[in-house]
Amino acid sequence: MDKARFAIGAAGLTAALLATTAGAQAQTTLTIATVNNGDMVVMQKLSSAFEEQHPDIKLDWVVLEENVLRQRVTTDIATKGGQFDVMTIGTYETPIWAKQGWLVPFDNLPEGYAVDDILKPVREALTYEGKLYALPFYAESSMLFYRKDLFKEAGIEVPDQPKWDEVKGWADKLNKPGEEQYGICLRGKPGWGENMAFVTTLANTFGGRLFNEQWEPQLDSDAWKKAVTFYVDLLKEDGPPGASSNGFNENLALFSTGKCAMWVDATVAAGLLSNPANSQVADEVGFAKAPIASWPKGANWLWAWSLGVPATSDSVDAAKTFVEWATSKDYIKLVADKEGWVAAPPGTRESTYASQDYMKAAPFAEETLAAIQSADPVNTTEEPKPYSGVQYAGIPEFQGIGTMVGQMIAAALTGQMSVDQALQSAQSSTERTMRQAGYFDK
Amino acid sequence: MSTTASYTVPSEAPAKAAPPAKKAMHPATKSKIIMTVIGWTVSLLVFFPIFWMILTSFKTEVEAVQTPPSLFFHPTVENYAIVQERADYFRFAMNSVVVSLVSTIAALILAVPASYAMAFFPKPRTKDLMLWMLSTKMLPPVGVLVPMYLLWRDLNLLDTRTGLIIIYTLVNLPIVVWMLYTFFKEVPKDILEAGRMDGASPKQELWHLLMPLSLPGIASTALLAIILTWNEAFWSLNLATSQAAPLPTFIASFSSPEGLFWSKLSAASTMAVAPILIFGWMSQRQLVRGLTFGAVK
Repeated sequence: MDKARFAIGAAGLTAALLATTAGAQAQTTLTIATVNNGDMVVMQKLSSAFEEQHPDIKLDWVVLEENVLRQRVTTDIATKGGQFDVMTIGTYETPIWAKQGWLVPFDNLPEGYAVDDILKPVREALTYEGKLYALPFYAESSMLFYRKDLFKEAGIEVPDQPKWDEVKGWADKLNKPGEEQYGICLRGKPGWGENMAFVTTLANTFGGRLFNEQWEPQLDSDAWKKAVTFYVDLLKEDGPPGASSNGFNENLALFSTGKCAMWVDATVAAGLLSNPANSQVADEVGFAKAPIASWPKGANWLWAWSLGVPATSDSVDAAKTFVEWATSKDYIKLVADKEGWVAAPPGTRESTYASQDYMKAAPFAEETLAAIQSADPVNTTEEPKPYSGVQYAGIPEFQGIGTMVGQMIAAALTGQMSVDQALQSAQSSTERTMRQAGYFDK
Repeated sequence: MSTTASYTVPSEAPAKAAPPAKKAMHPATKSKIIMTVIGWTVSLLVFFPIFWMILTSFKTEVEAVQTPPSLFFHPTVENYAIVQERADYFRFAMNSVVVSLVSTIAALILAVPASYAMAFFPKPRTKDLMLWMLSTKMLPPVGVLVPMYLLWRDLNLLDTRTGLIIIYTLVNLPIVVWMLYTFFKEVPKDILEAGRMDGASPKQELWHLLMPLSLPGIASTALLAIILTWNEAFWSLNLATSQAAPLPTFIASFSSPEGLFWSKLSAASTMAVAPILIFGWMSQRQLVRGLTFGAVK
């Protein structure tokens, strides 16, 4: 009797296990590598809606710090590790990886996806040889943030298009270190995505470029010297102490606690600065276009955090389905319904900016849209350039070059070397890298 | 000798009662106080970042970035709630526990016989061998990331606890061997020889004589290996994705490129270090005993 019971029990257990295994096999698990920012946190929260719509797909999120994410996904894709089904990448990586054949193209997007609704500069930045290789979940440019109360008190009117020499005058006027109020906050922390993102746009508008048409570095040109001298003088005279350690988050903390009169940085800061929960100056933030100098273009950068599917993924179709959902108009509508229009991912779709609700909820929307639409990765510089990208050159060598040049500029900012020495040193080092990479022989 | 012992009243001075001499501090007491003060100062300095991290975890994001920083504020546990809501802490913690314990046991299983052989049966090249083992710690791990990644990929070890256990065993092995070697050298050879005279085999000698005698040393080596593994970030961030990811990956997920994150990161870090801090606290007597093993014969 006992044996019979045991046999029935064992058979039942086996059947249950088999059923579980079969169920598990039917479900596809997508591993998504992403960065920790407000928009991705919202996406993670709302992704249960996707899982409900697609019960055969389960999402597994891997959230990493930006630099770790970059190192991790680059290692994985370059070695064909196949650890991720969806990767969060930017406008810099997308065309480079697409050229290597590492990404799956999104060439059969359904009509309902409305690909033409994606803002043109963003779409173009994610396109390689006519095909989209990643879809954007939020995009940003750069703009000027200023304290309306301080400007009003000082009798300063901000024009539609501010100029850098005007900004210098305002910074001089509003710089009161004794009251812990600094004229301007700018990125100083070295890194290709840190100080170099800003300094390159500054050099663009001073008439400079990273490389000439023969791929020869132009870092010791007059335009770069003027731009970097201006940047160093401005921060030394009107910036906060220890500016060489300040990146986006440090400046965000300074501005949101009332320590900066002005700040030029990513448009995504507009939402953070306008949120009273995170900012003590939420009601006093003014927005304007990024300042220009002698050349009107290239003063504001372009970046889009996007979702791409690596060619090594075992579940390409499921991964593409998820990416299309997460970057669709319907998803933006879902965010608006659940979290409010102000939380809608900015900078990706024209339909977002066509929504009166969004325009009303986000006082910075108009300036953000104008900044993104005016950012042109191709026609940026006064003299022709061989690379794509506003604040970077879209070549694999740029990460290393950008970080090294950023360190030299930070050294000039801290006074360890003069601007001339820093740029000369950056020029020689970049020349060496480019020569070794085979861009030129001499 | 006391400084008051040589005090005498001058003979020509009027004979009156000498004022009571101020009792000077004994030099041993003085040096004990100085050492205590230095000890407390160093301890406070070392502990301050942890204290600050715990304090920050109870602040709001705006309070966390305020300058000058505030010591008095309305504490909130919201950050802990957000951290737990966004990531499954217990899954990461369980991975950390399993990986650190198993890799430590594996390292000890390999290191005890190796250290025994090197301590009691040295060969002319033993010292070179030990130095060579230690030299593997001198290479920055990123230098071997790509080959290791390819190897792990081909062996299907990426994002598995087994993969992490193997790498941590290998990473800790040189330190474990060196520490055990030092502890074993402190054990008098005569005891082992006496055992040998009584007919003990090398296995019995190791198991019944050497290990019981150097248990404090082995315990402190194990504790150190567990702590090092628990806190290791490079390999866990690169070789584990989600299923096997331990607590350093959990912490890293709360750093943000765009947005304030200090208080949430502090809450995540406090949750990550709490178990190992409590474990270290509970075993500190064993740890100190082991680390000073053989210091006073």
